[in-house]
Amino acid sequence: MFGRLTIAAVEQGPIVLGAQIFIVIGTLAVLGALTYFRKWSWLWNEWLTSLDAKKIGVMYIVVALVMLVRGGIDAIMMRLQQALAAGGGGYLPPQHFQQVFTGHGVIMIFFVAMPLMLGLINVVLPLQIGARDVAFPFLNSLSFWLFVSGAALMMLSLVVGEFSTAGWLAYPPLSELRYSPGVGVDYYIWAVQIAGIGSLLSGINFITTIFKKRCPGMTLMRMPIFVWTVLGSMLLVVFAFPVLTATLGMLTLDRYLGMHFFTAGGGGNMMMYVNLIWTWGHPEVYVLVLPAFGVFSEVVAVFSQKRLFGYPSMVLATMAITVFSFIVWLHHFFTMGAGADVNAFFGIMTMIIAIPTGVKIFNWIFTMYRGRILFTTPMLWFLGFVALFTIGGMAGVLMAVPPADFELHNSLFLVAHFHTMIVSGVLFGDFAAITYWMPKIFGFRLDEKWGARAFWGWTVGFMVAFIPLYVLGLMGATRRLDHYPAGLGWQPLFIMAGIGVCIIVLGFVSQLMQIFVSIRDRARTTADAADPWNGRTLEWSVPSPAPFYNFAKTPKISSRDAYWEAKRTGESLAPGAYEDIVLPKNTPMGIYLAGTAFFFGFAVIWHIWWLAALAALAFLVFLVMRSLMEDTEYVIPAARVAALDAAHSA
Amino acid sequence: MTDRSLALTHEAYATQDVTVFGFWLYLMSDCLIFASLFATYAVLHTNTFGGPDARSLFSLPYVLAETLILLTSSFTAGLGILAARRDRARETIAWFAVTLLLSLSFLGLEIHEFAGLVAAGNGPSRSGFLSAYFTLVGTHGLHVALGSLWMLVLLVQVAFRGLSDTNVRRLTLLALFWHFLDIIWVLIFTIVYLFPFI
Amino acid sequence: MDVHPPPFPPYLSAIHCILLRATDNERSVNPKYVFPSVLILAAAITAIALSLTHGHAVGLLDPQGVIAKREQALMIKAALLMLIVVVPVFALTFGIAWHYRASNTRAQYRPSWEHNRIEEGIWWAVPMIVVAALAVVAWQSAHALDPFRPIDSPMSPLTVEVVSLDWKWLFIYPAQGIATMNYLAIPEQTPIAFKLTSDAPMNAFWIPQLGGQEMTMPGMITQLHLMADATGTYEGFSSNLSGAGFSSMHFPVRSMTTNDFAAWVSQAQRSPNTLSFAAYTQLAQPSVHNPATVFRVTNSRLYAEIVMRFMTPPASGAPVMPMRP
Repeated sequence: MFGRLTIAAVEQGPIVLGAQIFIVIGTLAVLGALTYFRKWSWLWNEWLTSLDAKKIGVMYIVVALVMLVRGGIDAIMMRLQQALAAGGGGYLPPQHFQQVFTGHGVIMIFFVAMPLMLGLINVVLPLQIGARDVAFPFLNSLSFWLFVSGAALMMLSLVVGEFSTAGWLAYPPLSELRYSPGVGVDYYIWAVQIAGIGSLLSGINFITTIFKKRCPGMTLMRMPIFVWTVLGSMLLVVFAFPVLTATLGMLTLDRYLGMHFFTAGGGGNMMMYVNLIWTWGHPEVYVLVLPAFGVFSEVVAVFSQKRLFGYPSMVLATMAITVFSFIVWLHHFFTMGAGADVNAFFGIMTMIIAIPTGVKIFNWIFTMYRGRILFTTPMLWFLGFVALFTIGGMAGVLMAVPPADFELHNSLFLVAHFHTMIVSGVLFGDFAAITYWMPKIFGFRLDEKWGARAFWGWTVGFMVAFIPLYVLGLMGATRRLDHYPAGLGWQPLFIMAGIGVCIIVLGFVSQLMQIFVSIRDRARTTADAADPWNGRTLEWSVPSPAPFYNFAKTPKISSRDAYWEAKRTGESLAPGAYEDIVLPKNTPMGIYLAGTAFFFGFAVIWHIWWLAALAALAFLVFLVMRSLMEDTEYVIPAARVAALDAAHSA
Repeated sequence: MTDRSLALTHEAYATQDVTVFGFWLYLMSDCLIFASLFATYAVLHTNTFGGPDARSLFSLPYVLAETLILLTSSFTAGLGILAARRDRARETIAWFAVTLLLSLSFLGLEIHEFAGLVAAGNGPSRSGFLSAYFTLVGTHGLHVALGSLWMLVLLVQVAFRGLSDTNVRRLTLLALFWHFLDIIWVLIFTIVYLFPFI
Repeated sequence: MDVHPPPFPPYLSAIHCILLRATDNERSVNPKYVFPSVLILAAAITAIALSLTHGHAVGLLDPQGVIAKREQALMIKAALLMLIVVVPVFALTFGIAWHYRASNTRAQYRPSWEHNRIEEGIWWAVPMIVVAALAVVAWQSAHALDPFRPIDSPMSPLTVEVVSLDWKWLFIYPAQGIATMNYLAIPEQTPIAFKLTSDAPMNAFWIPQLGGQEMTMPGMITQLHLMADATGTYEGFSSNLSGAGFSSMHFPVRSMTTNDFAAWVSQAQRSPNTLSFAAYTQLAQPSVHNPATVFRVTNSRLYAEIVMRFMTPPASGAPVMPMRP
């Protein structure tokens, strides 16, 4: 009846019990609060069923921040274990420690970095190109809810059963049934697969949006640079995520139907998995970092009060990175014995990618040159990014030299390198973006003082946490150790890294304080929220918070930095009369479809075949129902638009 | 006998344009799923692990019959789209019904072939080669099956609601999908079935 | 927006922020100090981290083999080359962010200046030249230090066949007819030709002080060539996650004089522990913390059979490889 699911799946010792109680009580508290304050229908009608890209974007960011807390707790648990575990000991058994680091990696990439970035794109991209919405609003809702289903499966693995112990990329044969017979790898597969399909659909949606929904006059070379970087990123999604889908699919078939794609023996080839997963995995890094580059480009230009330097160079560099990121994947496994020619080729390709990245950094620096730089919080994140990203990039190019990589691969040096790139590149970029666009989303600014504290907490904490890991890597410390020999003198550095994590926590707490203080004092910052930074691009030309229809009149532009130019020349961006606006109606169908995906995933993880069949059937039924709906849009008459717009201007 | 695409309203045309563009992107991504499976097949096709190889398992005439059926179904789907463009609902339904019938017979032949292999002990868990074979061909088959389901739903919609803008748009997408599956099949036929014999 | 905050010394700012004591009307740090503060802090933290390694010069901090030494020299060379780009980046960021701060009204302000062909040419060209130089280094070193390439030496190499197991290392010395578990003895100044495989999930064989690592995979043989320059004891590791006992997969490597090694071999050849394929199958069962053991190998085809286990189907009736408990 319930497949492999028995009561034993929830009985897992005191540490897990704590987490289980925390999750269950947290969930109940949220549900209870919603009921007590009678917010259910508001939540359902205004948010959950909304097809408004801005609201979907905010929901992405909220879920991502919740998952950031979970991933952060995992990080603290790891640091504590390694600080304690010289010569054995520590407080976590190996199986649990391995779940923690696997979960940390999966959560931070799939359920924090991806949704933060997709959330920002949802909020900002349509506004920046002068569009009312994305190309496929319903698909957008479905993408979001598929991501939520994946995240929910990920969280559920903590309460019911276990998570994978095979590392965030689940290399076979360790992830095969023979070596990992439990449900952990199955949770991994289905959580990532479901969320990954959501990302793929987002990629299709945003590329179409960029190519088909730009306002009149916005040629490709007039697009804000953020839009260009999103285009590069989403092209990578559409080309790379299918490979992930196929690869995980094959691993699934190995585990469920006894096939031999990647098994040891049976004619399988595990090296093929490593190649395929990195064919997705390396572009994935650039999927995350390219939009962050776009954010920094916007931020530097706006706060230097100056045009972005070398726009065509930036576009060229973005596209060069997009293309080159597909021909470097092998540098993730120089130590697999590919031979000197192959290794050297991929090493050199990897170095070549550093060229456009370097050009971007120089262009940012020269955007500041002859500017009037305002050191707001987004600029602090930018400066921290330049310092850390350059150091991390140096470590990266070092590892692109194959013989150097032989000594650094799988060491904590590598761990420190990619954390430097992702934290300073992606996370700092997301933080800068949230601060920068917050007024457009909610109509008030974030507190500068707490923002600066958050910056120092994160930057100093990051350095205290990860510089020791670089050193440990050089001392021969490998990654993923639950304990290590006491005589090697590693423990002081692990303790130092643990202190660094505590400082990062202070930075995170500062961010929570920043949000709290900013909401409390919002009256002081709402007045100029429509255009608080003297913005350059179209999103700052509409009121804050942005109206649900984005633009009362579709703008018509004739240059880059269209809003800046309009303010300079005093010309209107949208002359002419108001017109009827057609917008999509809200629908819960995305939730239903993704909900069936969640139940399907849960059922196949636990081998509850009747539920899997039921969920698959329900998915098809909902799909057909959606296709039968004809009345999916509504019209705001021109007169009503005029009235709304007048109310905003007043 | 007006060409229907000229009769579309401006909005309907814009929607069609955007949707078709998005659908091409989807096809491209699906193409990459197949590319991964083809690459896998290329790596694993010699890994028979002591089991049978391609040459001893496949029968060319049988697969040729499958191929002809699928190619014909692509042709009839094309005729169906032409009829839809000319606003002839009945003719459209008829052509797509023929397409559906051909597709189902293709699936029948494929399932029969698979069943024969499994019955002889040469199922997908026999060797890396057979895993790759069943998955590549089976994924195509799954696409054909889902496409058939989509076709069935669309036929019902056309029957009840006529050739509305939405329905014509969806038929266009379906036809694109069908031609795409045809191209994939031609590749499968060449690489999986034909290469071992030449 | 407050763009003219009161100055606040950088060395205090970080501590100040960490302690969360800033008051309402002051910014945490004078903006022009932000970037230099980050760099100074980075240097200080690095100095602290390095000082914590005192007395424990292990790994790449103290290479003991010719390969490790060349790899270390290579890293230093590559890092120095990269400084050609990195130093200007830091200097320019520092100088420009300082000079063009909004409060410095004497600085030039040209809001529409966005293009200069020469300058852009320079920063496309300089990284290209540096990468070209690095590419030459990468190509040459990838061939010179290819792990499959034997080490040039007047001494004839010693072959060691390595098997990573759940969760211990087995080292077979085919010419000597002996094997060791979780202990590797080698003669100094003699090239060691390692042949690597796995009878467990992937692992990676790594002795940081002697040279780089190479993966071990079931059904496959990879190679690695290392040499110890002197006598000594070094730590070896598995660097690739392989399951619950992975962290215990480290082993001592004893480099000894050729005479000592010969004596050790002849002693090992008289070991009471024998290793046949049947004994090996017992040994390959998952276990951790296995003590260092020396075996006399009675099956000369042992290594080949271990590799072939994954290449051919088991004879009918033979037990299929069991799942982990």
